[in-house]
Amino acid sequence: MLELKNISFNVGPDGGTKEIIKDVSFRVPENRLCVITGPNGGGKSTIAKLIAGIEKPSEGNIFFKGEDITPLNVTERAKKGIGFAFQQPVRFKGINVIDLLRIASGKQLSVADACGYLSSVGLCARDYIDREINANLSGGELKRIEIATVLARKTSLSVFDEPEAGIDLWSFQKLIDVFRKLRSSIEGSSIIIISHQERILDIADEIIVLKSGTIERMGPKEKILPELIGTSSAVGNCKIAEDN
Amino acid sequence: MVALDEIQKRLLKEVADLHSVPEGAFNIRSNSESVARRSSENIEIVSKTEVSGMDIHIKPGTVNESVHIPVIMTQSGLQETVYNDFFIGENSDVLIVAGCGIDNCGTGDSRHDGVHRFFVGRNSKIKYVEKHYGSGEGSGKRILNPATEVYLEKGSCAEMEMVQIKGVDDTVRTTTAELAEGSRLVIRERLMTHGSQSADSSYIVNLNEDHSSADIVSRSVARDESVQKFEVRLTGKAECTGHTECDSIIMDNGRIIAVPGLEAECVDASLVHEAAIGKIAGDQIIKLMTLGLTEREAEEQIISGFLK
Repeated sequence: MLELKNISFNVGPDGGTKEIIKDVSFRVPENRLCVITGPNGGGKSTIAKLIAGIEKPSEGNIFFKGEDITPLNVTERAKKGIGFAFQQPVRFKGINVIDLLRIASGKQLSVADACGYLSSVGLCARDYIDREINANLSGGELKRIEIATVLARKTSLSVFDEPEAGIDLWSFQKLIDVFRKLRSSIEGSSIIIISHQERILDIADEIIVLKSGTIERMGPKEKILPELIGTSSAVGNCKIAEDN
Repeated sequence: MVALDEIQKRLLKEVADLHSVPEGAFNIRSNSESVARRSSENIEIVSKTEVSGMDIHIKPGTVNESVHIPVIMTQSGLQETVYNDFFIGENSDVLIVAGCGIDNCGTGDSRHDGVHRFFVGRNSKIKYVEKHYGSGEGSGKRILNPATEVYLEKGSCAEMEMVQIKGVDDTVRTTTAELAEGSRLVIRERLMTHGSQSADSSYIVNLNEDHSSADIVSRSVARDESVQKFEVRLTGKAECTGHTECDSIIMDNGRIIAVPGLEAECVDASLVHEAAIGKIAGDQIIKLMTLGLTEREAEEQIISGFLK
């Protein structure tokens, strides 16, 4: 479904002097849940942005369903079926939750359907549907709305950049259910989650560990996760509670 | 009602959302003449004799009634100043819909200066909706200079929604208000300028007595080479609360000037001003692009939400 081939990404003046991603290659087949983990500053979020088209690679190619999508912009990739949930959701003055869900779904979504998406991310739908996506919403509320917009898109590939950040423990369990359901609800769909939470790693099929812009290791969860427990690439629940 | 042509009908729809004769009292002014008018049992519309304009008398206790007074101009080069006074009796609750649409296909400048005065009686409430709109391909300008004066008596309230989104080349808006005890003024202004248009909007609001309050929010977008100026002077002379906000999006080579002014003459006056000018945030556009909108569609969506 998705393949990154020899992807490098440099930043800095004159075409880039600092290497953020160095010659990264991996594949995510259909029906897979892949979690990309690794220490902070390792390039995880950059990989997510490269897939969505928000950043363009300095070298290498990205293939989606067999097509080279490297030259495509964000909109074109979205239309091909790539969904992306921001790590830090964006606020909009004057745009309501239902407006954003309607844009995401690409149709005149009914209030009942919109409420369904909100309920699945643990928001009491009636309280939120007409709320403006502005500074009056908390970070956790925005984060859940952000996830709901990706659910509403029903894309074949959904990329979530640290979806658990700012979400409390109760909702966290709900979030795990959301990923499970999302995967089973769309035939042949795959999910990529950027996260170093142990419980998210635990639902992965594949785990990729990214460190200093290169893949340190990757493979099936059963093999990789035990090696990560206790490192900064697999943080347990206590850490989540502290973070929140 | 006299027959209106297609352009006139379109202007009426734009400024007053009218497809036919409205319910209740109304006056439709077209090319400097009243072409249709109806008073109701409680709302009487009388022409002024000394100057062009009307006196609108609303009887005390008039509730859930409306008066529409749209103005449309399709003759190029027409210039006029119109004085409309609203006398709202005590304990009323009415909707007033004004607005002016100018279609100028010629070379002469068309200008409508509407001077509106509102005398809102004790414990009355008005909702005032004013839309300004311009169209036509002529080189003549479409100019609108509304002057609004509001006098709020004890316990009364005025909610004013003033919108100018499209096609007006030049506008100087002045709004003044005097507030008595326990009265409340709420203003929502929406403004968009494009091309080489200019818009100047100024407010002078005096909170004269205890427990009066004012909330003035202006949201605007300046595109292309257009210029906007928003100026407010809010004076608290008693125990009162006042809030003004000017929130603007600047695009292309637009220019926006925001001049906030707060003046407190009483230790119990609580006055707040917020002002922000900025371009559309890049991450807003990217977020909407990840939902499948093009960059241009994303921009339009953000602006239409902002000006909603």
